Amino acid sequence: MPLKFALVGNPNCGKTTLFNEITGSTQYVGNWPGVTIEKREGKAKKIQEDVLIIDLPGIYSLSPYSMEEIIARDYIINEMPDVVINIVDGTNIERNFYLTIQLIELGVNVVVALNMMDAVEAKGDKIDLKILEGSLKVPVVPITASKGKGVTELLEKALNVAQTAAAAGGSPLLQEIHNESIVASIEEIENRIIPTLESKVQNPRWTSLKLLEGDEKVQEALKVSVESLNQIKVYQEDLEKKFDMDIETIVADSRYRFTTDVTRKAVKKKAQASDLTISDKIDKVVTNRVLAIPLFLAMMFGIFSVTFGTVGSSTIDFVDGLVNDTIATFVLSLLEGAGAAVWLQDLIVGGIIGGLGSMLVFVPQIMILFFFLAILEDTGYMARAAFVMDRLLRKLGLSGKSFIPMLIGFGCTVPAVMSTRTLENEKDRRLTIMLVPFMSCGARLPVYALYTAAFFANNQTMVVFSLYLLGIAVAVLSGVFLKKTILKGEVAPFVMELPPYRIPTFKGLMIHMWDRGKGFVKKAGTIIFAAAVVIWFLQYFNFSFQAVSEPADSILGAIGNAIAPVFAPLGFGDWQSAVALLTGFIAKEAVVSTMGILHGVAEATESSTDLITALRTVFTPLTAYAFMAFSLLYLPCMAAFATIKREMNSWKWTLITVGYSTGIAWVVAFLIFQGGKMMGFN
Amino acid sequence: MILWEVSDLERTLKELKTGEKGVIIKVLGEKGAVKKRLMDMGMTSGAEVLVRKAAPLGDPIEINIRGYELTLRKAEAQNIIIK
Repeated sequence: MPLKFALVGNPNCGKTTLFNEITGSTQYVGNWPGVTIEKREGKAKKIQEDVLIIDLPGIYSLSPYSMEEIIARDYIINEMPDVVINIVDGTNIERNFYLTIQLIELGVNVVVALNMMDAVEAKGDKIDLKILEGSLKVPVVPITASKGKGVTELLEKALNVAQTAAAAGGSPLLQEIHNESIVASIEEIENRIIPTLESKVQNPRWTSLKLLEGDEKVQEALKVSVESLNQIKVYQEDLEKKFDMDIETIVADSRYRFTTDVTRKAVKKKAQASDLTISDKIDKVVTNRVLAIPLFLAMMFGIFSVTFGTVGSSTIDFVDGLVNDTIATFVLSLLEGAGAAVWLQDLIVGGIIGGLGSMLVFVPQIMILFFFLAILEDTGYMARAAFVMDRLLRKLGLSGKSFIPMLIGFGCTVPAVMSTRTLENEKDRRLTIMLVPFMSCGARLPVYALYTAAFFANNQTMVVFSLYLLGIAVAVLSGVFLKKTILKGEVAPFVMELPPYRIPTFKGLMIHMWDRGKGFVKKAGTIIFAAAVVIWFLQYFNFSFQAVSEPADSILGAIGNAIAPVFAPLGFGDWQSAVALLTGFIAKEAVVSTMGILHGVAEATESSTDLITALRTVFTPLTAYAFMAFSLLYLPCMAAFATIKREMNSWKWTLITVGYSTGIAWVVAFLIFQGGKMMGFN
Repeated sequence: MILWEVSDLERTLKELKTGEKGVIIKVLGEKGAVKKRLMDMGMTSGAEVLVRKAAPLGDPIEINIRGYELTLRKAEAQNIIIK
């Protein structure tokens, strides 16, 4: 059995850096059971012993109100790691120790890793480790995780603790942290109420404290009777009367009194709170009343033009050429050489390679985008963007943190949905995910380009722009609507740390980028692979499983025919449009190539004149606009679908998202077509 | 809801201007997630706060507390009594 060390710390304390430093590249990233919060595990590299490192979510407290905090707490209580390594930002000890104290309250083996010692030295602050160790009664090891300094010493210390100390059943420090009245009430509960509980209590001291605090999760877990709760209430009310505060406040207050006291004794700060640090000076510009928004927009524009402009599109062309020409041709020649059947050749080359290729072409672009996002996040700018934009987004019932995902949505829905991970409120996150697909992504452009060239040759830009606005308008209205109906809930508070600006390390950025990109390739890859095969199958065979020469005779054609009437009220009830929209599920730009195939135009692109002529016989400007609006709003592509499923971690919500967007698409296209017809357009 | 009469010496954090300092006396509001979050972030009685600035659109605000920078909305700042 390997020893288990759990890493716990505040967000932005360098926890991920330390985790990567300890485990190297052997980490496993998954999700905690039931929630989409990342779970990372890895083997410790720097020591001989067999040690498993578990990275717990970044948290400020062990309160019962956030998913991350509950996960961290449950893990420590149920899995009983041998040592809890608490990473503390050395430049911000006072607040970081609030969590440290709660870990000590749990009565587990805690080793404090005092991180960012280089920054502490650079600031000219002095920290007395002896005083810290004396006050907290746990080992404190100074480290600089970003430079790998002190990490081996930290692991050795933790190992030492794991091998010598037996986990104490309660915390002797409790008396020193909390004032006499609180301690007295805890002891009363421990002696009088804990023994009467039906469930066996592992950690009576901590449990008593939680019961005193009125922690509902602990009450539920132990099935505390109403009678006992009433008894506890007496202790709570006594304290509340005495301190004129509610019980949670009393306990939080008491903890902070202790951390303030320890910090005052052990830390000698050189600078005053009102002195401007480098971070403050950068902030003077970045969050300046006048400059903040233009600067933000300029930065986003810069990122977009690199990711989706020349650099990004050249990577698309490169991968496209590599997969669809070089590899496809090579594999085809191999298959032909081996005498494989025609259907098999078509399945492998057209179905699998083509289908996977349609996803792979986006990988470099997504990586580039994630690289920039990693820079924004690791420098600390992301928090400022949320600070600047919060006011606008609150009108939609969202918070400032939703802004970045929405913007990325104009590039590609997949990374946009993935970047909602920075939102800690589950409802905000769901709502953001549901709205992101309405931001018109890059893959929808070919559809607009084709139809505007055919029907709005004189106002192409204006028409395309109007579609982007349509998407935004639908998102705004949906935000208001959903927040009032299925995603009802109180407005999530916006209380967020603005971490000091830091210069990210290249290694850190690469790890960050790769962590996210890998997930896309793996998970989306498996689903897309399966779907590509299925769709290929459907368009290659008819119902008696014979290969067809005309797509209209295939199963897909039959399905197209069957569902075409649904689109008739929208103005495009022909089976070709229905099938094109179906294949748009593989990738939105596939609508164009499918239209080409179905109208008998080979190698269709958005500017091919044959296809434009063919479309003019089927569509009118009005139905073309309704079709474009539908293409914009209806179910997101397969890659986006897979990502939404992964991030929502719920089929129900994924289907709600897809159903909602498709329903809205139908209604909007209906209104455009019928309304336009009534107003005399055609 | 706890009623609290704001005396002459006391104001809410929302009323503090950029660059002004104060000491937290009390956080109003009912027990629950929002209040707990404010507590967890260090908004407890006795803590000194310094208002750094308001966001470009007037809300939220940025404050310095316990040696770090924190942002919160005016709606939340209104519940924090300062001396």
